[in-house]
Amino acid sequence: MGLILKKTSLKQVISLVKKDMLLEWRLQHTFYGILLYTAGTIFILFLSMNEPEGQVWNGLFWITILFMCVQTVAKSFLQENRGRLLYYQTLVSPIQFLLAKLIYNTLLMVMMSLLTLVLFSFFMGASYVHFGQFLWITFSGGVSLTMLFTLLSAITARANQHAAMMAVLGFPLMVPQLLLLLRMSKTAFGEVFQQNVFLEMNLLLFALDGLIVALSFILFPFLWKD
Amino acid sequence: MKQYWWKILSVALLYYTFTAGLLMKVPRIGNLEETIRNFFFHVPMWFGQMILLLLSLIYSIRYLRNGKLSDDLRANAFARTGVLFGILGLITGAIWANFTWGAPWNNDPKQVAAAISLLIYFAYFVLRGSITDMDQKARISSVYNVFAYFIYVPLIMILPRMVESLHPGGQGAEGNPALSGQDLDPSMRIVFWPAVAGWTLLGVWISQLFIRIFQLQEKKWLHA
Repeated sequence: MGLILKKTSLKQVISLVKKDMLLEWRLQHTFYGILLYTAGTIFILFLSMNEPEGQVWNGLFWITILFMCVQTVAKSFLQENRGRLLYYQTLVSPIQFLLAKLIYNTLLMVMMSLLTLVLFSFFMGASYVHFGQFLWITFSGGVSLTMLFTLLSAITARANQHAAMMAVLGFPLMVPQLLLLLRMSKTAFGEVFQQNVFLEMNLLLFALDGLIVALSFILFPFLWKD
Repeated sequence: MKQYWWKILSVALLYYTFTAGLLMKVPRIGNLEETIRNFFFHVPMWFGQMILLLLSLIYSIRYLRNGKLSDDLRANAFARTGVLFGILGLITGAIWANFTWGAPWNNDPKQVAAAISLLIYFAYFVLRGSITDMDQKARISSVYNVFAYFIYVPLIMILPRMVESLHPGGQGAEGNPALSGQDLDPSMRIVFWPAVAGWTLLGVWISQLFIRIFQLQEKKWLHA
């Protein structure tokens, strides 16, 4: 694989990320749209559940993150129209393009996940015991889901479909990550694990992320060329 | 004869599976009683499904390498038969679980994994159905097939650690539950392996029929 990051190529990646950020800044309605979507979901959950106990809280939290992730990552490829993609093809390699999208999506998702955590804690009560730990789990969860959904977003965009298709393609695939995250979250709710188990699960999650990223880099060039 | 000997072999092996599997003396293990015979019908479905999905993966990779539409067509056909075997495996498993565990669905990791594999391949078919252009369809669905398969494999490894299991050979277990230890008596083995071979060959045969149907459809479509 040609994952050689020479100085110039890294520069191109950075300018692609910058372009996406600038676009986000100019078209603020998309960002606020997703934020409102999340806040609306949480408010409805609050109205229907009030302040649920630990396990329910945990489940609802991750489902909210999941749906928010689909909305957030979906637009990364769906917003690029065909002509613009052709233009990129003349400028950068698929590896660079995917790397830029991964970086940008990760930044956006980490921010959104943390905002979701704040909103969730505000409305539904903070039922976790260890805030620091839960913050870390939210962070790694946001990153992991981004890795998975970025390639799926590219597939969906290529198939000219909407975010719903991405959910259909992605939900069965994100089960291992979601199970790991739900299990890891239990430490933050006061369940005592054996020494190292938490670390092991964290490493397993990152290994899974690594696998997904490697697969993405291998497969994305096939979606790239027409 | 050169071309269809394996079809005859498949029929012969399945005849043997049905007669010997239903009539032979089976070992008595715990509360399994006669339900142990399900072993010859349920477990080969899982084996067959895995082999067929692996074939589907191989053809998808081949398509991505050489771009021949016929390879993608084969990947689609094998995925279909794999799903068929998966459904049959779930049904035979649920019937068996109803008698030995007391309920058809127990959230057992194997049941969950089988259900997820069905969801993945249903998504694959939905994706295929949503694209009209032949080349685009082949390329995009091949990419998804490869991606999904390699995430499904860690899933099978992670799931048993996260969910409790009642499945034979699986105390929160790794490894292959069907082949571990006590439940595979030597007398069972002489029926089990022919059963696996017979069912898998039948799966390949059905896939081949799918492939021929697809080819005819394509031909009709091209000349229409």
